[in-house]
Amino acid sequence: MSKIWNNYRYLILRRFVQIGMLILFFGANAWGWKILEGNLSSSELFGVIPMSDPYAVLQMVVAGAIVASDLLIGVGVVVLFYFFIGGRAFCSWVCPINMVTDAANYLRRVFDIDRGQLQKQPISRNVRYWVLGISLVVSAFMGIAAFEFISPISMLHRGIVFGMGFGWAAIAMIFLFDLFVLKNGWCGHICPLGGFYSLLSKFSFIRVHHLEENCTLCMKCKIVCPEKQVLHMIGKESLPVLSGECTNCARCIEVCDDDALRFSIRDFIQNKKMGE
Amino acid sequence: MSNHLKAKKPLGDRRKFLLNMARGAGYAVIGGFVWSAYLDEAKASPLVLRPPAAINESDFLKTCIKCGLCVEACPYDTLKLAQPGDHKPIGTPFFTPRDIACYMCEDIPCVPVCPSGALDESSVTVKGQLDINTAEMGLAVIDENSCIAFWGIQCDACYRACPILGKAITIEYDKNERTGKHAFLKPVVHADACTGCGMCEHACVTEKPAIFILPREVAMGKAGSHYIKGWDKKDEARLKDAHAIHTTTKISKRKAVDKLNRGLEGLLDE
Repeated sequence: MSKIWNNYRYLILRRFVQIGMLILFFGANAWGWKILEGNLSSSELFGVIPMSDPYAVLQMVVAGAIVASDLLIGVGVVVLFYFFIGGRAFCSWVCPINMVTDAANYLRRVFDIDRGQLQKQPISRNVRYWVLGISLVVSAFMGIAAFEFISPISMLHRGIVFGMGFGWAAIAMIFLFDLFVLKNGWCGHICPLGGFYSLLSKFSFIRVHHLEENCTLCMKCKIVCPEKQVLHMIGKESLPVLSGECTNCARCIEVCDDDALRFSIRDFIQNKKMGE
Repeated sequence: MSNHLKAKKPLGDRRKFLLNMARGAGYAVIGGFVWSAYLDEAKASPLVLRPPAAINESDFLKTCIKCGLCVEACPYDTLKLAQPGDHKPIGTPFFTPRDIACYMCEDIPCVPVCPSGALDESSVTVKGQLDINTAEMGLAVIDENSCIAFWGIQCDACYRACPILGKAITIEYDKNERTGKHAFLKPVVHADACTGCGMCEHACVTEKPAIFILPREVAMGKAGSHYIKGWDKKDEARLKDAHAIHTTTKISKRKAVDKLNRGLEGLLDE
């Protein structure tokens, strides 16, 4: 039992946070709960603290909207949290699509699809930054928040809280894409919101640290990692994971049997010497 | 042979990089155009009714963050967020009066909760007080062909259902020439008072409502500023500071005959 807890503790916590937030949001619409109202685009905690999706607001501003101050305060709350503390934790601790793509990734391992398909992924992980750039250009030209009109994240979250409609089709697309076409396809390659948080969280405090002297090179961490390029130092050097693309999902920490990975607060002085 | 080998020289890093960037840019342009084309279709939905105090539609689409706080604040479940398949701009709030009309709450709970400014509280505030009667969600329109009151059957369901009874909808009496002894009781909508709440559409007894709400942009025409109601003092006042532009054409002092005969002077003399 303690082994299960040890190997899945962060996964259980993440699902608890993800599903818990969905239930709170759902309860606000269905039963009038006043804990967490709205949805991931913009919400209110206890009816007081506003929180808004900074990427959505950025698109709106680029589209030419005059944004109310409530929204800007909400953006400030979210940006400060992820910039200083959470890193790209939104993707693995909050975003409901994470559960869809994790399921696809899990099935890829079960059916050994990874090995059957080419080792080299057909598209670059940098595509997300291109999509991010294009979304802003399209927003400016079309005068609306471009990604918000096609975002499967919003479709799923809004769908769960307010009613799904045909939104399930978008979710199925992502699931099948991740399962059969591209490993970590949506979250790790295409999603511009993930790209946005990757850029935002470059300097956050909570980081995964690698202790090379404990590492036995079993590579379990690299197998479970959805952004395995961030673990380039495994077995080579004792370095913190500094890439903003790390989602702080902590799967690497819990699958490591050798205590070679752990969470820690980043040490700025040390990092300066090592670079990235 | 040496020429052949030279032609197959491997590409330099610089050239490879540039070609890769060119490929990326190509994908970006194609993707951007497809995306834009989709958005242009997706946002074109003029027949959608917004919550009270919504700013004009094109600004609304820019400004609404699709959080659903207005939907959650609505005590009557009138407001919905557009789902994929509703054929409305996705995630934006709207209502369908035939299903659930707006009950015009005095405290307008859906408006102050809006964090983005897509619902503008000041547009429904009169002298520091919220006043739902100033909302302009839409305008009721009557199809006189299917409204049974226009057939001569007595029905005042819309008139009775109207929350601004006697102002937004009035009943006009008219003689029924067909029977010679009955009256038509025709409903008439007044655009200056109607908020577009849709209680009339909801109450309408016909199979498909003969009175229905359209967005004001769609329902209303526009006469143009050069038409002035001379009998309306307020409208006439628009002329107060008006001034005509005086133009004078300089008239030639010479006689017309001179012009016609010009060049023929010599001939006339002979």
